[in-house]
Amino acid sequence: MANRLSGNRYELKLLGSGAAAAGGPDHFAIYAADLEDIAENDDQSLIGYIHSYEMGSAVDGPGIRAVVFLSGCLLRCQYCHNPDTWHKMQGTPTTAAELMSEVKKYVRPLTLSKGGITLSGGEPLVQHRFAKRIFRRSKELGLHTALDTCGRLGEKLSDEDLNDVDLNILDIKAGDEETYFRVTRQPLQPTLDYAKRLSELKRPTWVRFVLVPGLTDAWDNVERVADIAASIQSLERVEVLRFHQMGRPKWEKLGLAYTLEGVPPPDNELTERVRNQFRTRGLTVV
Amino acid sequence: MDVAVKNESAVGNAWRGFIAGPWEKEVDVRDFIQRNYLPYEGDDGFLCGASDRIKKLWERLQPLLAEERDKGVLDISQVPSDITSHPPGYIDKDLELIVGLQTDAPLKRAIMPNGGWKMVETSLKAYGYKPDPRVAEIFTKYRKTHNDGVFDAYTPSILKCRKSGIVTGLPDAYGRGRIIGDYRRVALYGVDFLIEAKKQEKAELDSSHSTEDVIRTREELAEQIRSLKQLKEMASSYGWDISQAATSAHEAVQWTYFGYLAAVKQQNGAAMSVGRVSSFLDIYIERDLHDGKITEQFAQELIDDFVMKLRIVRFLRTPEYNELFSGDPVWATESIGGMAEDGRTLVTKTSFRMLNTLYNLGPAPEPNLTVFWTPALPMGFKRFSAKVSIDTSSIQYESDELMRPLWGDDCAIACCVSAMRVGKQMQFFGARVNLAKTLLYAINGGRDEISGDQIGPILPPYEGEYLDYYTVMKRLDIMLDWLASTYVNALNIIHYMHDKYCYEAIEMALHDRDILRTMACGIAGLSHAADSLSAIKYAKVKPIRDERGVVTEYATTGDFPCYGNNDDRVDDIAAWLVSTMMEKIRKYPTYRNSLHTQSVLTITSNVVYGKKTGSTPDGRKKGEAFAPGANPSNNRDTHGALAAMMSVAKIPYEDAADGISLTLSFSPSALGH
Repeated sequence: MANRLSGNRYELKLLGSGAAAAGGPDHFAIYAADLEDIAENDDQSLIGYIHSYEMGSAVDGPGIRAVVFLSGCLLRCQYCHNPDTWHKMQGTPTTAAELMSEVKKYVRPLTLSKGGITLSGGEPLVQHRFAKRIFRRSKELGLHTALDTCGRLGEKLSDEDLNDVDLNILDIKAGDEETYFRVTRQPLQPTLDYAKRLSELKRPTWVRFVLVPGLTDAWDNVERVADIAASIQSLERVEVLRFHQMGRPKWEKLGLAYTLEGVPPPDNELTERVRNQFRTRGLTVV
Repeated sequence: MDVAVKNESAVGNAWRGFIAGPWEKEVDVRDFIQRNYLPYEGDDGFLCGASDRIKKLWERLQPLLAEERDKGVLDISQVPSDITSHPPGYIDKDLELIVGLQTDAPLKRAIMPNGGWKMVETSLKAYGYKPDPRVAEIFTKYRKTHNDGVFDAYTPSILKCRKSGIVTGLPDAYGRGRIIGDYRRVALYGVDFLIEAKKQEKAELDSSHSTEDVIRTREELAEQIRSLKQLKEMASSYGWDISQAATSAHEAVQWTYFGYLAAVKQQNGAAMSVGRVSSFLDIYIERDLHDGKITEQFAQELIDDFVMKLRIVRFLRTPEYNELFSGDPVWATESIGGMAEDGRTLVTKTSFRMLNTLYNLGPAPEPNLTVFWTPALPMGFKRFSAKVSIDTSSIQYESDELMRPLWGDDCAIACCVSAMRVGKQMQFFGARVNLAKTLLYAINGGRDEISGDQIGPILPPYEGEYLDYYTVMKRLDIMLDWLASTYVNALNIIHYMHDKYCYEAIEMALHDRDILRTMACGIAGLSHAADSLSAIKYAKVKPIRDERGVVTEYATTGDFPCYGNNDDRVDDIAAWLVSTMMEKIRKYPTYRNSLHTQSVLTITSNVVYGKKTGSTPDGRKKGEAFAPGANPSNNRDTHGALAAMMSVAKIPYEDAADGISLTLSFSPSALGH
């Protein structure tokens, strides 16, 4: 399995040829095959589509973590650094049993460091049945579980399912509908609904916000994001991530029009301004 | 032997308050430590910053260090160096608590021609010095060197291997190093006691029949006794009488340092480690603190001054040597912490004080402060080590759990990872052989892929369009056999001659007479050999021949698992290579019946080895650097640090008991937001 999934998150990985694998010509489109529900099966035959995995990340939740990047996403973020994860069918089909046998090798170092497993993507909830199964099995191994999500498909998780997710890392791309749509080509409302539910159920949550000069840095936009974050009663911290150009080569290789050409990473001054917008609401910001 | 009684009055003062034991009757530093040290489980709250004196002294050195950085070397003394060759030198006599320099001035380098005249001559010329003709005459006409001896005895086959780079970096023209004198003995017993003990060891041989072994041992013991006398003389030139045991913390640090200083005056070894002195010295510091004789500030000053001296140890080396070793490291490794065999921690307050020098004097690669890590270490020390690491990036960590069962709780690291019992064990440093090149020889029937010369045993040309795994493995087996034989042959010659012409008298005087010697073989290019075999097994590898008929390139199609992803299919190949090489090396008898060991650890010379090696079937191009030590090949470990570590952890330590290294660097932002 390690072989089929070789290549890390910074490597372009496509099974088949671009969007064609998903059944159409447009990489930006969302195709039926991407959304098709996976059948509810036993671990041996429950298939997930995986971009790559990384053992030993220290930035995707607490402690040292196994991070599994699932393929498939509804969002088409302008700053996406993994556009090769947009279509589910472009990942490598992997059974839940296969993935768990890989994860099992790392239980000791993961638990020793008070870490665990993080499902990221893509958007893990595109493959919610698979994601839920992996979370369940990981809990059975005693691992801490984290979901790195944009919240667009939060409805796919029942309140009960959420018990298997120890930490939600909620990526809020923008704070108002207009900016959100401009950044992602999707509506904001599902994310707001999910944030509200996490708060009501008191599920531990980290909020992530990617700061892109000229796209997401407007004062008002940041204010709205900070409002959403502050409304989550169970929020533990906010991570303001600086935009970088490391995803650009993938856009080129895929022949996609890249709209952030020449946009610099935010400088310290801007980053601090934005962090302070969160801090003034009493939030812990890193 | 009843030396302790004879020296009763002096020793009585020196050993006041210490718990008695066998260590009083015979040299046994570990026994002394175990009975007398005070484990410390607290935090770093007690530590003191640098005193004004230390700050001033350190400032005195700064312009000299800056000038040295500009010029390469600050100054060179052409008096051949030995323990008593140079008059005393100081940084600033009035400010120094701990005294002693290698020559008569700080950072002035000495020549040590016993290793080889050529190395000295080349180094002098490289820095614009004209070799002193009288010294040149002595070492080319009257006094044979280690280097001369080795080349008298090398076989044509060894010479060819040396030239092609399949065997590289051998200590045949420079000091082998990797010997740690038990410098603590000087402080605990005083030199007279040690001389008496050596005389006794020699007397025990009086009735033995004079075989070569016995004659050599007698001669060596005589050399050792002579060097101990020189050690006393050197100390006395600094105004210290070290014939008796140290009576205070100040003396204990100074005595211990004199022992080390004598070693670095006598030998320009590839690695000149300090040993495991922190918790030993702590016993003296604790006693003086308890008696109200010194303050915490003074205790820290002693350690700061000691470490400052270790930081300015210098050797004269050639630019080629510096290229091979990426600089001219001293490897003044000090081993810190760990757990005792009875379950107590060996961490003492002086373990903290030693790490604290990285704050008081600033971060530095030397001395190479090495923490023996185990989850069982006290939390306070774990936290402090982590803090110092984050602030200074200057601590090396090694597994106490792995080393203690094999080498006991008084072992120390020579160089970067070679563990040995202090004063009871030494190693014959053997550099390493090039495993990736060996695989290419297997494919090319013993012909070198770069020069085209026949170096290894002749095998029929490889038939077939693609490489077949089992055929290649059979050919590799023959090549590994040949390599192991040639390699052990070369090492036997080297260490025979080193003992004969460049004997480490003072370091060995601070060892027991009967010690364990290891023959430390090593391998480089492990990941490339393993990945190449994996490519041959799991993908299709087409050898491409040049006009000489030598395979110089490989067209590899298809996927293959790479070492470093916790994938047994290839990790098992890597482990197999290590174990097989070890097994083959064990077949060849060693000089002085030394124990065969092996390392997978080069963290510097992998660049040079890569330069000398053609393209490999894993996709590595001719001349590209090897991955260091047991690292996965560059960019081939794609599943994160944890997966890489798990792969490395599969290499059996029993078959690489001289050490396995994995070099990882992280940007701080990758270690958490």
